[in-house]
Amino acid sequence: MSAGGADGGEAVDRTPSERVDVCVVGAGPAGAIVAAELSAAGHDVVVLDAGPRFDPEDRPERMERHLRPGVDRAVWDTGGERDTFSASGDRHYPLDAARVKGIGGSTLHWQAMVMRLHEQDFRLDSSVGLGDDWPIDYADLRPYYARAEAELSVAGASDNPFAPPRERPHPLPAFPPSYSDSLFAEACEAVGLATHSVPNARNSEPTDEAGACVGYGTCKPVCPSGAKYDATRHVAAAEADGARVLDRVPVQRLVHDADGDRVTHAVYATPDGEEHRQEAREFVVAAGGVETPRLLLLSRSESYPDGLANSSGLVGRYFMDHLFAGMGGTLEEPTRQKHVGFNTTESHQFYDRPDDSRTAFKLELLNYAGPAPADVALSADSFGDELLAEVREGYGTHVAMGALVEQLPRRENRIRLDPSRTDDRGNPVPDVVWSLDGTTRRTIERANEVQRAVLEELGADIGWTVGPENTGPAYHHMGTTRMGTDPAESVVTPQLRTHDLDNLTLSGSSVFVTGGAMNPTLTIAALSLKAAEHVDERL
Amino acid sequence: MRLSRRDALAALVAGGVGSLAGCGAPTARSSPSSREAAGDAAETPVGDHELATLVAVAEAVYPSEVEGVGEFVRTYTGSRVEGAGSYARGVAEAVGTLDDYAAEFHDIEYASLPASTRRETLEYMSVDDVAPDPDGTEAQRVRHYLVNELLYALYTSPTGASLAGLENPPGHPGGTRSYREGPDA
Repeated sequence: MSAGGADGGEAVDRTPSERVDVCVVGAGPAGAIVAAELSAAGHDVVVLDAGPRFDPEDRPERMERHLRPGVDRAVWDTGGERDTFSASGDRHYPLDAARVKGIGGSTLHWQAMVMRLHEQDFRLDSSVGLGDDWPIDYADLRPYYARAEAELSVAGASDNPFAPPRERPHPLPAFPPSYSDSLFAEACEAVGLATHSVPNARNSEPTDEAGACVGYGTCKPVCPSGAKYDATRHVAAAEADGARVLDRVPVQRLVHDADGDRVTHAVYATPDGEEHRQEAREFVVAAGGVETPRLLLLSRSESYPDGLANSSGLVGRYFMDHLFAGMGGTLEEPTRQKHVGFNTTESHQFYDRPDDSRTAFKLELLNYAGPAPADVALSADSFGDELLAEVREGYGTHVAMGALVEQLPRRENRIRLDPSRTDDRGNPVPDVVWSLDGTTRRTIERANEVQRAVLEELGADIGWTVGPENTGPAYHHMGTTRMGTDPAESVVTPQLRTHDLDNLTLSGSSVFVTGGAMNPTLTIAALSLKAAEHVDERL
Repeated sequence: MRLSRRDALAALVAGGVGSLAGCGAPTARSSPSSREAAGDAAETPVGDHELATLVAVAEAVYPSEVEGVGEFVRTYTGSRVEGAGSYARGVAEAVGTLDDYAAEFHDIEYASLPASTRRETLEYMSVDDVAPDPDGTEAQRVRHYLVNELLYALYTSPTGASLAGLENPPGHPGGTRSYREGPDA
């Protein structure tokens, strides 16, 4: 296996193209969708990504890295000098675990849960006095959500009474509920918790792009079969329409014209240590909630001494993630966990906020609670029949509930440069400054209360809780180049173009104003389709 | 419960044989074993002796109710370590380590030990207590390349994991039906 990409980094032509229509920075879902859309529209597109092009043939080996203790190499090769970072906030932020650098981006290791934000999410300040309003509303994004569901081949059902209005069924049927879900059903009803299906970006049926899920059970961090959507599908579509997608070419900085109105070129490095410049008419930075603001901050100039497109001073500010809240235990009967790596039932009953006392949370019934037999066996200190007894004791009766909890945008949570440390190219590394506030803590406690009520009704012997003290991030980086109409209060316009530069678009979760409590990728995809449309209009 | 050749092949398919050569490869290695030094570097260092040793270790660490161990191990591990990759070298070196340890106490190679002594030897070596590490101590490498290699094969196979009630374990592409079925299905 070649960690540096399928070609080993030597045989690929990484020299720049003649001035192209569009240069996209980042080949995760946001960049790949923009590239696919604009290539399909007939534009010349070059995509530059810092990480490698992973060989799909290596996925089984990556799965084994995940399943076998003792193999300390990261599943997707994150870490090391390239990915050096700081985390100076009250809460440590484990950035290496939170993202994948390479063609496909973090969709390579994601869970693939894809929900639309609710109408209230776009009007949070107006409705309950929390956070801020988006400059667009659900109706504006609704058609893009529908297209995004088609692009990601979402498997879902229209059985969620709490979901915002939709126009047509999901492209693929939902995965049916699990046996474990059926054990929960009565308890949920008894405590008044309404449940429904989970929209998944994994094939419940074969499509032209991929086969149906075959149940490897290792969705997060790797799907060996490719049934789970990842952005390599849109990269392939873009390339089929003529886009050039270069791997292992970290963009060092963006350079603008004398007036400071337009980006003229991106300076990128290649594995041989050379630097090149890619010129384009339009630039789209889609490098995620950490690297997008970092690149802007690294691109400071005389015109933009605080960072490119940072007249507002807000580039990097309002960093948000979702918090995990969870609880689990055991029953006195088999629960049939660990057959698949995705969930089939959840509840959005507590999503919309009744007032400003708490933020949003959504509840999940997990299908992968407790250890699998191999998890027990490979770490046990016994062998033979004794080990089998231990495996039988460890596997089989676990249940668990998870929750995603909303964190409101706060100015002090931010991505900034740490000038005291540099990466493998000599650039200051990102510093993740992250902390929790009281409202988020209260919401985590509320999620725990509901989880406890359900599990106690179920008769579970509760063994663990993830609450305000031991919570952690869900690895959804949002908010660091927020969208708005006021150039003093936001970085990009509702069209996703920066207020400061006419040909610079930012696409991805960095433009979120608030994050809700939904997994963000469907919204990333919807916004990327919208961004591509606006770029296309200008070309 | 009998392990079949089909179990081994299913596990191989799940593991993507042919792409495992670099899995868990040591990043730093002590001097090569005498076996490797004497052999042809282009050939696989895992031969009949190494496979026989793997079967002997499997018989020590697998539950007694599992049958068909020999064929399962030879099909599964034999296919995974074809070629002269670093993973195969790690397996061969771990066999050499285990043989040296057995010879020191019993004057015979590990595979020749009576069945009752094989597990005891692993325990004396502290293989049961250590964390697996392809770059670690001798015991840690034996745990990684031999014991966990075998336990991984067994407990990610449908037959092995079914011993604990899971017929479609993580790592095995067993479809999307079983997760919906109850224990009596």
